[in-house]
Amino acid sequence: MMVKVFVPRDMLAIALGADEVVDAIAKEAAAQNISVQIIRNSSRGLAWLEPFVEVETPQGRMGYGGVKVADVPSLFAADFLNGGKHKLGQGLVEEIPYLKNQERLTFVRAGITDPVSIEDYLAHGGFAGLKKALAMNGAEVVKEVTDSGLRGRGGAGFPTGIKWKTVLDAKAEQKYICCNADEGDSGTFADRMVMEGDPFMLIEGMTIAGLAVGASKGFIYVRSEYPYAIDTLKEAIAIAVASKWLGENIQHTDKSFTLEVRRGGGAYICGEETSMLESLEGKRGIVRAKPPIPALEGLFGKPTVINNVLSFCAVPFILAKGSKAYADFGMGRSRGTMPFQLGGNLEQGGIVEKAFGITLRELIYDFGGGPYMGKPLRAVQVGGPLGAYLTAAELDYKMDYETLAAHGAMLGHGGIVVFDTTVDMAKQARFAMEFCAIESCGKCTPCRIGSTRGVEVIDKIVAGQDRAANAILLEDLCVTMTDGSLCAMGGLTPMPVMSALSKFPEDFGLPKDKKLAAE
Amino acid sequence: MTDKHSLITIETPRSPVAAEICLKYGNRPEALLEILHDIQAKLHHVPESALPIIAEALNLSRAEVYGVVTFYHDYHLKPQGKHTIKICRAEACQSAGGMGVIAALEKALNIKLGETTADGNITLEAVYCLGLCPMGPAALIDGKPKAALKANNVNDLVKELA
Repeated sequence: MMVKVFVPRDMLAIALGADEVVDAIAKEAAAQNISVQIIRNSSRGLAWLEPFVEVETPQGRMGYGGVKVADVPSLFAADFLNGGKHKLGQGLVEEIPYLKNQERLTFVRAGITDPVSIEDYLAHGGFAGLKKALAMNGAEVVKEVTDSGLRGRGGAGFPTGIKWKTVLDAKAEQKYICCNADEGDSGTFADRMVMEGDPFMLIEGMTIAGLAVGASKGFIYVRSEYPYAIDTLKEAIAIAVASKWLGENIQHTDKSFTLEVRRGGGAYICGEETSMLESLEGKRGIVRAKPPIPALEGLFGKPTVINNVLSFCAVPFILAKGSKAYADFGMGRSRGTMPFQLGGNLEQGGIVEKAFGITLRELIYDFGGGPYMGKPLRAVQVGGPLGAYLTAAELDYKMDYETLAAHGAMLGHGGIVVFDTTVDMAKQARFAMEFCAIESCGKCTPCRIGSTRGVEVIDKIVAGQDRAANAILLEDLCVTMTDGSLCAMGGLTPMPVMSALSKFPEDFGLPKDKKLAAE
Repeated sequence: MTDKHSLITIETPRSPVAAEICLKYGNRPEALLEILHDIQAKLHHVPESALPIIAEALNLSRAEVYGVVTFYHDYHLKPQGKHTIKICRAEACQSAGGMGVIAALEKALNIKLGETTADGNITLEAVYCLGLCPMGPAALIDGKPKAALKANNVNDLVKELA
């Protein structure tokens, strides 16, 4: 009997040698005259165990983590094809606590299926949501999404149903669905993993959105730093069209929806929705002033739904299982689950999908295992490069939109980057300003000029030049950027800067008990 | 304003590559980014001589095309190296020692970020997040990802490209 071996085709697995491991397994099997079927599955999101090799056994899939080419002969010697014991063995994959303790709705198929097998997708609940949507009218679909309490996963947390209703109610010949897959925030990778690992789910979610609001065309704007996601999406779109789940007359109904993948140009600002629209139109990614909102005048001036990858991916579940099933997860006004992304200086980084309300400490220590080599944690940045830095004393915050906002932080896209005691927070604050200067679109002055002045002022503070006066100047500058910038780039850059300055003043050479004027 | 730009139009031979690629995308102006990606991939830069050709094909002004080429980090007016190392400079990689890896690469190649080696072989570019954040520092080398890089073995990476 042919043994099934799974090796992820995820970009991180490949970055750690998955392709070479596949070759080595195939070669060794051939040499030993054993017939194996190697399937390139999606990643489970256990990043520290990549390349994570799984073998199908009568008991279930057995996992082997961190496999290198050099380990392959010993894996064969240990009879890993029958789940044999080996130093890299992780036992039954489904029993690994990191996975078992999650609540996976979006990542429900992660690691289980072949990303571009539509048969796998259908066998694991795929297109159940779209099937239901095909039998409903637009307003009914929008109501289901509204009732679920789903909020935009891109960072702003705007209710998805309300956005869709605005587009549904807008009168226009042509409407568009745009997926913002310009996942530029450092520490975030859930969009990438979904696009590479379960592309049909995104296609299904966007198609449902198209049916809901009456849009016949959609675009997925993917950053060029994600070449594997781009290729996988294109492949999946072609397969979905060929099997009538996308394109003209979906499943032989009178409903149609077409999808196109577009590459970004390596500009962080294009993750801002209006800048992304400009970029999709083939222009410089300069932020547009709002109003008009994109829901009324978006792509090519037409009503446009813009959502993040994870927002669209929550929709198939909501349609298939009902809004209540989704809303039963979460707390307060943050309903459903969030795929948190653990990165940076952590023993066990990866994807942890949990209902809103889990604490930062549970994520970082219970799942993440704390900083490398058991070092103490000094700072955590939540929500990407525009998110606040938190201290080791702030780890009991619950992860939901409102709790973090109440503490001057933000959830953003759910990225969590951990720093140990070697971090210099003045350097991190300077980097935030420098990054803003590099990536600013240049349209508004507070962002374009403020960021450069910010770097200079931080340099002066660190160099010991009029420290107290310059710290006040930096605070003033941050207030101007926050209040005067056109979009979140300039408007939120002060968040990491001010949180670093107020919580870690000693790194700037300032006294620890310094009271900040801005507070 | 000198007529340097019009001279380029008159004296530079038409770039067949640019015209062909524009045509492949139906000469649609909204496909400009895709067109530039293809030209950049083929020629390792977007030569200034291609700009008027693109502008004409897509019915845009040369200023608009120039604006787009210079706005996005992916496009370069000057030829890039045969190989490109895009190394991540963002926070998650920083927390895992990324800045040390960058310094080691700069030393090994004897260039700074954004520069190309004197022999035109390797360009070292900064990139802000590749989505490989749990296993940084990460890089994209000629489009192939690498993770868990260490400052003390960048020489092996560089040797592979020599």
